[in-house]
Amino acid sequence: MKLDHDGSPLEQPHPRWHVRVRGLDKSFGTNHVLDHIDLDIERGKVNVIIGASGAGKSVLIKHFMCLLRPDSGSVWVDGTDVFALATKPLAEFRRKFGLVFQFSALFDSLTVEENCAFPLKEHTGKNKAEIKEIVRDRLSALGLDGTQRKYPGELSGGMRKRVGLARALVLEPEILMFDEPTTGLDPLATRNVDEMILAACARYKVTSVVISHDMASVFRIADRIAMIHEHKILAAGTVAEIQASREPYLYEFIRTSGVAAASGARVVPEAGAP
Amino acid sequence: MSAPGEPSSSDHEPEQREHAAVSAGKAVVLGVRDAFAPAFKVIELVGDHVILFARAMSWLPRRPYRAGNYLEACEYIGFGSLAIVLLVGAFTGMVMSLQSVYAFRQFQLESFAGGTTGKALALELAPVLTALMMAGRAGAGIATELGTMRISEQIDALESMAVNPVQFLVLPRLVAGMLMAPILTLLFFVIGMTGAYFVAVVGENVDHGQFVLHTRDILLPLDIVQGLIKSVVFGLLVILIGCYQGYNAHGGGRGVGLGTTRAVVYGSVIVLMSDYFLSQILLQIIPPEAG
Repeated sequence: MKLDHDGSPLEQPHPRWHVRVRGLDKSFGTNHVLDHIDLDIERGKVNVIIGASGAGKSVLIKHFMCLLRPDSGSVWVDGTDVFALATKPLAEFRRKFGLVFQFSALFDSLTVEENCAFPLKEHTGKNKAEIKEIVRDRLSALGLDGTQRKYPGELSGGMRKRVGLARALVLEPEILMFDEPTTGLDPLATRNVDEMILAACARYKVTSVVISHDMASVFRIADRIAMIHEHKILAAGTVAEIQASREPYLYEFIRTSGVAAASGARVVPEAGAP
Repeated sequence: MSAPGEPSSSDHEPEQREHAAVSAGKAVVLGVRDAFAPAFKVIELVGDHVILFARAMSWLPRRPYRAGNYLEACEYIGFGSLAIVLLVGAFTGMVMSLQSVYAFRQFQLESFAGGTTGKALALELAPVLTALMMAGRAGAGIATELGTMRISEQIDALESMAVNPVQFLVLPRLVAGMLMAPILTLLFFVIGMTGAYFVAVVGENVDHGQFVLHTRDILLPLDIVQGLIKSVVFGLLVILIGCYQGYNAHGGGRGVGLGTTRAVVYGSVIVLMSDYFLSQILLQIIPPEAG
C-alpha cells in the first residue's frame, strides 16, 4: 500500500483532500513545464491555482483527468491512481470532472441547447424530454433562458463562459475545473463569472479548481490558493496564509496586480468610482 | 610548466584523444542525422498516419457506434463532392472522346474512340480525378474543420467529456471516404462515358453501333473493378491526410491554413504516386486479358 507524507494511504479517499498530486514532472521536448509538483485540492472548496502566463497551470490541471500524461509522478483522485487507469475505466473516471475551458470550447456547429445536451446524449440513457428538461434547468440557473436555439458565435464572451459551465454541470461532476474563467472579460462580466462560480459550487456542492491570474477575482472566490512559479509550487495554503506570505515573488505578483496583499482589497478604485 | 603534484600534460593525452574520438563520433552521427533529416521526417510522417489509421480502426467494432456521425460524414464527403465530380467527369469524358476521335480519324478508326475513352476513364481518369476533387474539397474541408476544433480546444473538450475524439471525428470520416470514393468514381465514369458518347456519336458523327461494339470489345468489366479498388485506397488516403493535418494542427489560424494547404498538396501528390504502384500491383493480380 502506498502511503502519503502524513501516513494516510493514497489508495483510499482522504477526508480532506479530493485530489492529491505527488511528484509530478512534465516536459514538452526540452521545455520543462512541471518540476516535481506536490499539491492537494481540498474537498468541497474553491481551490485557485495562480501563476504567470505559461507557468504550467493548465498543463497541471489537464493531468488531473489524464488529458496529459506526466513523465513521472502520480495524481490520486479519491484513492484512484489516475494514470494507472485503462481506456474504459478512464472514460468512466473522467465523468467525475467538468472542465470549463478558457475560450469555452463550445462546438460551433451545435446550438447552445445541443452543446449542453451533448454529454447527456453520450453518457446517459435519458430520453429527449428528460435531456431537454435538465438542459433547461442548468441554462435557467445560469441566467441563459432564451439562448437555447442560438449558436455559440451569436453569444458574448461572458455568455459563452456560462454556456461552457452549463455544459460542464449537466453530468453533475464532483470536481469542476475552470481554466482562466475571467480572462478577456470586462470588470462587470468578471464579477458575474465569479458569482456564477461561487453559486454553482454552493448549489451543486462540488470541489472547484480555478486557474487565474486576476488577483481581485482570486480573492473574491478562493478558499485555498496555490502558486506555480518556475515550474514548482512556490506557496500553497488558505487565503489568509497566502496573504500573510512574505515570499518576495508572491508578494510582488499580488502587489502589481493592484490588490493589497494584506487585505485582499483593491488598492485602485473600482471601475466607475469617482 | 606544471606545478608540483599536478599531473603533467602527457598524463592528459590519452584522455584528450578519447574525448576527440568521442566528439568526432558525435559529429559524424549528427552529420548523418542532419543529412538524412528530410528522409527521417517523411518516415515519421508516414508512421504517424499509419498510427492514426490504426487507432481509428481499432474503434470501429467498439460502442457507441454513432450511426449519425457516419451518415453526416458520407453526406459531406459524398453528396458534397457530387456536383463537382459530375461536372469534371462529363467534361473529361467529352474531351477524351473528342481527342480520340480526331486521333483515330487519321486511320479511319474513330469508332474506337469509345473503347479507348472508356478504358482510360475506368482505369485511371475516374479514380484519379475523383480523388483529386475529393482532396481539394473534402480533404481541405476536413483539415480546416478539425484544425479549427483543435486550436479552439473543442477536441480537448470532447476528451474531457469522456468522448474519444479519434472515434468521434476521425473514424466516421475515414469510413465515409472509403465508401464514397468508389461511388463517386462510378458516377464519374458513367457521366464521362455519356459525355464521350454524345461528343462522338452526336457531335462527330461516329456510328452508334460501331461505337458501342468497340467499347464492349475494349472496355472490360474488370477494368471498372480495378478502378473502383483504386478509388477505395485513394479515398482513404485523401481523407486520412485531411484528418491528420486537422487533428494535429497548431499555431492558430496560420497553422490551420498550413494544414489545409498540406492536406490538398500531400493528398494530391500521394494519389498520383500511389496510382503507379497500385496499377503495377493490380495489373499483376487482374491482367488485362483476364476479362
